[in-house]
Amino acid sequence: MAELKKYWKGIEELENNADFKASSEKEFSEYVPVDDFLSKAEESGSDTNRRDFLKVLGFSITAATLAACEAPVTKSIPFLNKPVDATPGIANYYASTYFDGLDYASILVKTREGRPIFITGNKNSKVSGGGVNSRINSSVLGLYDAKRAKGPAKKINGAWAKNLSWSSVDSDVTKGLRSVSSKRGNISLLTNTIISPSSLEAINKFKATYAAQGATVNHVMYDAISASGLLDANDKSFGKRAVPTYNFDQAEVIVSFGADFLSTWMNSLSYASQYAQRRNPDGEWMNKHYQFETTMSVTGSNADVRGALKPSQISIALTYLLSKVGGSVSAGKVQGPLKDKLDKAVKDLLAKKGKSIVVAGSNNEGVQILVNAINEQLSNYGKTVDLNNELNIRKGSDAEFTALSADMKAGKVDALVTIGINAAYAAADASGFNENLSKVGLKISLGDRIDETGVVSDFLCPDSHYLESWNDFEPAKGEYSVSQPVISHLFNTRQWQETLLTWSGDETSYYDFVKQYWSNMVLIGSAKSWSDVLHDGVFSTSSESTSELSSNISSLLSEAVKNSTVKAGKLEIEFYTKTGLGNGAQGLNPWLHELPDPISKVTYDNYITLSPSDALALLGHEDTQTNRRKELYIGEESPTKVATLKINGQVLELPIYPQPGQASGTVGVAVGYGRVGTELFTRHEWLGDLFDEEDNTNNTIGKNVFPLFKNTGTYENTLSSGVELTLSEGKEYPIATTQTHQTMMGRKIVNETTLATYLAEKGNGKATGKDGYNEQFLIADSYGTKKKPEDIDLWAEHAIDLGHRWGLSIDLNSCTGCGSCVTSCSIENNVHVVGKDEVRRSREMHWLRIDRYYSSTVNDEKITNTDQLGGISDYWNAEVSDDQPSVVYQPVMCQHCNHASCETVCPVAATTHSNEGLNQMTYNRCVGTRYCANNCAYKVRRFNWFQYDSLNIPAFPDFAKLNPAADDLGRMVLNPDVVVRTRGVMEKCSMCVQRIQEGKLEAKKAGETVQQGSIETACSSVCPSNAIKFGDLNDKSHAVNAESKQDRSYVLLEEVGTQPNVYYQTKIRNNNA
Amino acid sequence: MHVVEAEIREPLILGKKSYHDITEDVSVPVEGKANSMWYMMLGLASIVALWGLGNIMYTVGVGIGVWGLNKTVGWAWDITNFVWWVGIGHAGTLISAVLLLFRQRWRMAINRSAEAMTIFAVMMAALFPGIHMGRIWQAYWVLPLPNQFGSLWVNFNSPLLWDVFAISTYFSVSLVFWYIGLIPDFATIRDRAIKPASKKIYSILAFGWSGSAKHWNRFEEVSLVLAGLATPLVFSVHSIVSMDFATSVIPGWHTTIFPPYFVAGAVFSGFAMVCTLMLVMRKVLHLEDYLTIKHIEYMNIIIMLTGSMVGVAYLTELFVSWYSGVEYEGYAFMNRATGKYWWAYAIMMSCNVLSPQFMWWKKLRTSLVFTFIISIVVNVGMWFERFVIIVTSLHRDFLPSSWTMFHPTFVDLGIYVGTIGIFFVLYLLYSRAFPVLALNEVKTILRATGEYGVTVPGALETVKEEVKSAPAEEETKEDSSSDEDIKED
Repeated sequence: MAELKKYWKGIEELENNADFKASSEKEFSEYVPVDDFLSKAEESGSDTNRRDFLKVLGFSITAATLAACEAPVTKSIPFLNKPVDATPGIANYYASTYFDGLDYASILVKTREGRPIFITGNKNSKVSGGGVNSRINSSVLGLYDAKRAKGPAKKINGAWAKNLSWSSVDSDVTKGLRSVSSKRGNISLLTNTIISPSSLEAINKFKATYAAQGATVNHVMYDAISASGLLDANDKSFGKRAVPTYNFDQAEVIVSFGADFLSTWMNSLSYASQYAQRRNPDGEWMNKHYQFETTMSVTGSNADVRGALKPSQISIALTYLLSKVGGSVSAGKVQGPLKDKLDKAVKDLLAKKGKSIVVAGSNNEGVQILVNAINEQLSNYGKTVDLNNELNIRKGSDAEFTALSADMKAGKVDALVTIGINAAYAAADASGFNENLSKVGLKISLGDRIDETGVVSDFLCPDSHYLESWNDFEPAKGEYSVSQPVISHLFNTRQWQETLLTWSGDETSYYDFVKQYWSNMVLIGSAKSWSDVLHDGVFSTSSESTSELSSNISSLLSEAVKNSTVKAGKLEIEFYTKTGLGNGAQGLNPWLHELPDPISKVTYDNYITLSPSDALALLGHEDTQTNRRKELYIGEESPTKVATLKINGQVLELPIYPQPGQASGTVGVAVGYGRVGTELFTRHEWLGDLFDEEDNTNNTIGKNVFPLFKNTGTYENTLSSGVELTLSEGKEYPIATTQTHQTMMGRKIVNETTLATYLAEKGNGKATGKDGYNEQFLIADSYGTKKKPEDIDLWAEHAIDLGHRWGLSIDLNSCTGCGSCVTSCSIENNVHVVGKDEVRRSREMHWLRIDRYYSSTVNDEKITNTDQLGGISDYWNAEVSDDQPSVVYQPVMCQHCNHASCETVCPVAATTHSNEGLNQMTYNRCVGTRYCANNCAYKVRRFNWFQYDSLNIPAFPDFAKLNPAADDLGRMVLNPDVVVRTRGVMEKCSMCVQRIQEGKLEAKKAGETVQQGSIETACSSVCPSNAIKFGDLNDKSHAVNAESKQDRSYVLLEEVGTQPNVYYQTKIRNNNA
Repeated sequence: MHVVEAEIREPLILGKKSYHDITEDVSVPVEGKANSMWYMMLGLASIVALWGLGNIMYTVGVGIGVWGLNKTVGWAWDITNFVWWVGIGHAGTLISAVLLLFRQRWRMAINRSAEAMTIFAVMMAALFPGIHMGRIWQAYWVLPLPNQFGSLWVNFNSPLLWDVFAISTYFSVSLVFWYIGLIPDFATIRDRAIKPASKKIYSILAFGWSGSAKHWNRFEEVSLVLAGLATPLVFSVHSIVSMDFATSVIPGWHTTIFPPYFVAGAVFSGFAMVCTLMLVMRKVLHLEDYLTIKHIEYMNIIIMLTGSMVGVAYLTELFVSWYSGVEYEGYAFMNRATGKYWWAYAIMMSCNVLSPQFMWWKKLRTSLVFTFIISIVVNVGMWFERFVIIVTSLHRDFLPSSWTMFHPTFVDLGIYVGTIGIFFVLYLLYSRAFPVLALNEVKTILRATGEYGVTVPGALETVKEEVKSAPAEEETKEDSSSDEDIKED
């Protein structure tokens, strides 16, 4: 090997003496006074070296350079003094109240930086039960509706002058009202039910003012979803025109004739909560629920025994029932399965006298008297049905409304003020209300926009949104609640009470008015102050009264039978109230339009429901299983057909929807649709062959059927004669449904058993007591040893027993399928609204969906497991729902699997597992391969197909019209804690991780562990029946911990081995047949 | 050096070629002017390609929503097209690498174009995982690049990531292999070029090839090494692509049979595509003497073999789905065959399993028209195979509540057809600018397998005039052991 040559830099290096060694280690041969320069080295002994110097130098230069750049101009102005209650990033909650003539709830409004963004129930309320339904939690969006009137308006020569000043409109209106008064004319106030004592006081003041000037002033209350029949029946039966308080929690047997008491009927929120309490199979007793109805309702779908009957059969069934429980009427003739079910109901009712409830949804006075008679026979009054402590939320009188309409026709009404009700929309045409309106001289609408009533009025004096208003309520006798503004007026609106006061010459603000009323009338003798009431949101006075009712039902029976009896028609129709839109007051709310109907899973439309066999007959097909499977399928490219309804001369063209459970020979159409203004959302793709090219006002979402109600003294939502249905040949209509498949295919998805089985297995003393109804899934390993799926695993275990493990427990027995969780989840998490056309393509973004399955029958046997399915044709038949199926619901959100199939497949690790059991989605990291969604066994992941919050995608204009996130004002409803997802990323349920984080921080500040109930997800916080529970699965004090271990508990698709953190509780039907 | 073919073997190069004839035949298309047919085809392909590019831009500009996908079916035409193109890309490397290792001389007439097809097909395939991403502008995140986001790294558990590696490796090795093979031929064209521009271009492309013995020696060595490298890739790429499905939990995807089944299917569709292209090319470029009926027959035999393998896989899947007793698995396959997408399954079965069986008849497998039809039918069938696997498994998986149908949009169609257009644009340009036969390699077998009675300098003169043609069955048997016949010294 060659020797390397060496060269020296100098003689010193060659010699390499100690001096040289020392100096060569130094960087500079001479002393550089860096330390002196940077600091006083002598004092500090600093060892600042050249590198530090360069760092400091570099930093200073960079900083100086950056400082020289122009700072961006921000328009936000910081508070000079921070308001006491507003801390950025911290939410405030205010107690308030929602009441729109249909739903009542005492609520909590969450505001962030002064913007109301979320509504939950007030748990202190005795009347509403602490939950909210989807109509109530969606109502927050109405506040940010840019289509609300922005100020008072006046019609001049048929054209609207908008955004006038209040003073000018006030003076015009009062001038008009005075001139009416001076001519001794009539001023009529038309409102929905008013349960606010102060508002009534304001109305009285208005009445008194103009009565003093010579006018006759009358006030008519009318509800779109009327309970007039029931009120009148109670008036006649007991001399008390009121809705009783129903105690569903004390009823062991419930028999309902078409009353959708879990969803839309009366105080449904409270009933749902009471009902669910008694659905616990481990409780003292579990109620038994019979439902007899025409159209499948949410309540009916939850029933233990459900019978389908035609509207004309209600009276017959009731007389049959009444006679069997001892009433003195001749029993109606019933036969077949209906008779069997009624007989069973009779048996159960008689066994539970005083512990049962019979209700009917009909607005027919006769029907309600028969129901009263049955309840009386069963001694339910004073126990489950309490008329002493009445409910105030329905007071409207159809008779008064009819009389008003007649007066208008006769020219006796000179001025009409409409408040809180869109009368021109919701009035039955039988009353001739809309025609007669033209005869009224002065029409003033106090609605929130130029709606159907507004457009025919002379003045619009826009009412404020309820979240901008003060008010008080007395929903039930002695039970009060208040509402308070949580934001100042967005537009130049004024709440109607204040408007009336102004017109009465009273200049006090309505706030002072309410406060004064309370200090004079309500709070007398109470220890609570007005601010206490505002804080609590609710207030109760006095004790319950228990006086005996004097009944004269027996004398009414024969007339009631006569009044309620209708001749059966060939085709009968029921106009039912849908869960989403209710009475149509929120007919322009995109959240509610996109909420799938609990039963049909259809969004955005009303349609003609008819039984599958009737649908096949209408379409001209033979009624075979194959035809049911093929011809009745509705999907993305399988539109439905259109039919024409002729009802007493009026023609209505609507799509048909084959609805299992619909009574044969009947059809149903939902009310609440066809609102003016919805045509702005729609386009040709939405309406198929029903699109009207010429007149866009016909292109509303759905059609209004209120005008078709029949007048029998009250407005009835059923017609038994004069209904004809014909197929509109060749016309097709796209229906957007979120679920295109009806049945469970015999799989263990919703686990269901009967109460008898459950109780028998529970008591059998075996260690595996649950095997009879909730079998543990076992898989044989390579050696043939049977193991639980979680014990056969490829992946390393997460340390799931350490720290928190967040989880949900969903009790399928209390879930009524109402959909409140669906909307609340969308609101909390800024889930995009995508429009009908996208839903039709199965691209709805809901993070939480409620699966609904119908039972199906193969070889005359109801399928409950896959072992019953043999040949291929069995599978085909299993796809077909029964004509009268039993129904199950299952809320499905991300299951937060401990071994999540989505996590392993993401190439960029955008979805990962947290050490608290959450499956996390990192939107920023997501590149959108959709592999995770494909590999999700539960199909809960949602992909952003478009930039849904974009203001303008020319090819897809829906989003900007519908999606709050795509609207400048609508954006204010967005939750600032949750990012709005951009296009191309995957999203899914996060188990409200923002709430978990907040709750953890709160607990940390308080120095304690996270307590049960201190963190609620959006879905669990609103659930009226408390079916969804959230908590820490590792904490024994949390309800989910115990529930996840109980016998009814199972995880969805256990055999896939994903080990979810969401547990379901087996559904138990109290039906042993 | 070369051993003369066995007597019963048909010659692989017809027409009594001399070495110069070969050079002429291959170089003329590169040097001469294109005919109007070529321009028409290029025009047509370009229009289709532009339409496809327009659709791709529309997708990237507006969102994946312009496709027909939905919450349940998250992949459909995109990944179908991806797997289809990757499959097509398989034949090239198999021909050039595996057949090289097995010393199959007939590969020399087709390997160049087959490799070109591979390159272009893999390019088309690689397009789809890109544009199917919701945020294609972040596509580089799937690469394990050092970054400033902290400890952010790719997920090595994800089969999609394996895809990225597999495809990019396969593409690079195929490209290098192809290019190495092209160097001597570029040099030939360079040497013949008259115009200074083309001389310049081809001299750059030829990498200074001088044809010296050392160059040839290195050429041979590199080819062998690359063949060794590429051979495992032939099997790994589609195995890994199949793992996109096989490692998932979705019934119908979660199948251990997938890797071999996908490889067989890929070779099957790749050879079919080679047939389609070769049949056109031999006609248009007058290469009948090099791409003989014998070549076609060989390829048809491979199509028949791999088609049958695929058929066995289909039946095995059906059997196992039933035999496993797993509800979801059983339903997935039953639904495939008899559900709403039965027609896709029927197309798949008839095109992939039944149609290659016709190749048992020698008359049919040596018929150009029939081969052409079958080659197209096979690729239609293979497209449907991927469609069936992807869509029918997804559209009805575990929870019936999420079951949907998939309906493609015009954009789905446009992009698919567009990639075929782009592919043909590239292929047509290739056929004019590149030597479509490995002319220097073909020359090496001229003496051994050229037509009898040729008077090539140095060619053997003592070969017999007549050859007995053996019955078809015997022929097949011979083929399967043909590698024994060829010995190198």
